[in-house]
Amino acid sequence: MSETTAASSSPPAAPIPSHLELFLAFFRITVTGFGGTLPWTRRMFVEEKRWLSEQEFNDLYALCQFLPGPNIVNLASVFGSRMQGPTGAVAAWTGFLVLPFFLMLAAAMLYSRFGDVDAVRRVLGGIAPAAAGLIVATVAKMAMPLFRGAGPGLLMLIATAFAIGVMRWPLLVVMLVVAPTSIALAWWVRR
Amino acid sequence: MKAGGDILFTLAVQFIIMSLLAMGGANSVVPEMHRLVVELNPWMSEREFADMFAISQAAPGPNVMLVTLIGYHVAGFSGAVVTTVAMCGPTAVLAYFFGRVWDRFKHARWRIAVQAGVVPVSVGLIAATAIVLTRASVHSWLALAITAVTALVTYQGRWNPLWPIGIAGLLGFANLV
Repeated sequence: MSETTAASSSPPAAPIPSHLELFLAFFRITVTGFGGTLPWTRRMFVEEKRWLSEQEFNDLYALCQFLPGPNIVNLASVFGSRMQGPTGAVAAWTGFLVLPFFLMLAAAMLYSRFGDVDAVRRVLGGIAPAAAGLIVATVAKMAMPLFRGAGPGLLMLIATAFAIGVMRWPLLVVMLVVAPTSIALAWWVRR
Repeated sequence: MKAGGDILFTLAVQFIIMSLLAMGGANSVVPEMHRLVVELNPWMSEREFADMFAISQAAPGPNVMLVTLIGYHVAGFSGAVVTTVAMCGPTAVLAYFFGRVWDRFKHARWRIAVQAGVVPVSVGLIAATAIVLTRASVHSWLALAITAVTALVTYQGRWNPLWPIGIAGLLGFANLV
């Protein structure tokens, strides 16, 4: 990482990771990352390997939040490419996805075989509402700052949730209307 | 269900579009996945969709792996490969190119406005996910209580979310939900 933003608390002193190290680092994140991979990624990159300073990590994560798609998958691509170019991005991307892919493949096979077994149906019938609860909590956490802001954000949140969640309108159509409106309002509020 | 090229092509196109609209990560496009595989196509039932989401949350690894489960269910192994690559590939390429120019516009006013505008939309999308999943999975008062308690406990952050998930699984096994 050549382009740091001025003062960073702990200077990264580690050498640039190789392709194999990139692959293994992201592979390990998926092994340990139970219930959210972000904290593990931060810990490994900043504290353990010292590949990035805290500031650099935040900056990288901000970029990946700005972009669409799965955040940590994007992070693997950007970090991998900064370390080793396009092939580094491929190494990190593959390292991050290979194990979860085969794990989920196994789960999918088990589900297609045993999904109709009564005991399995009952257990999943209990877990499914809990999984919905996890998302409710995520929404509550993310929405809190918007309640304090008192800007147009809350209105856009409700409009989007209503159009997609209640009306069940197509995502592409809703986004083409809602995203430019919300961005224009944010621009206007910040003048 | 075994599928031909048509279904694989549809999966590829639809999941690429979804990935590019996934502001706020994979959880923000769950309603659109539901629309595609439950409402528009007879590929799975409401219960199967809720089951797969539950599995993807309870298993280790990133939440986006829900698409692998869906892909396998719709079109077998090739379906799983197609949905996973479609969901994780194009945005990674986009990220690769953005990563090189990020510093040039990191502090630009338009970029900050875009982000400020996108955040409430992405929270709204995830709220829609919460609505769709609650509708698909809550069919009793106890199920509603499970959703509420899990949300509360997770929001407070004192317990690992695996606890409410495990307890809910036990309640389900005991045939109470």
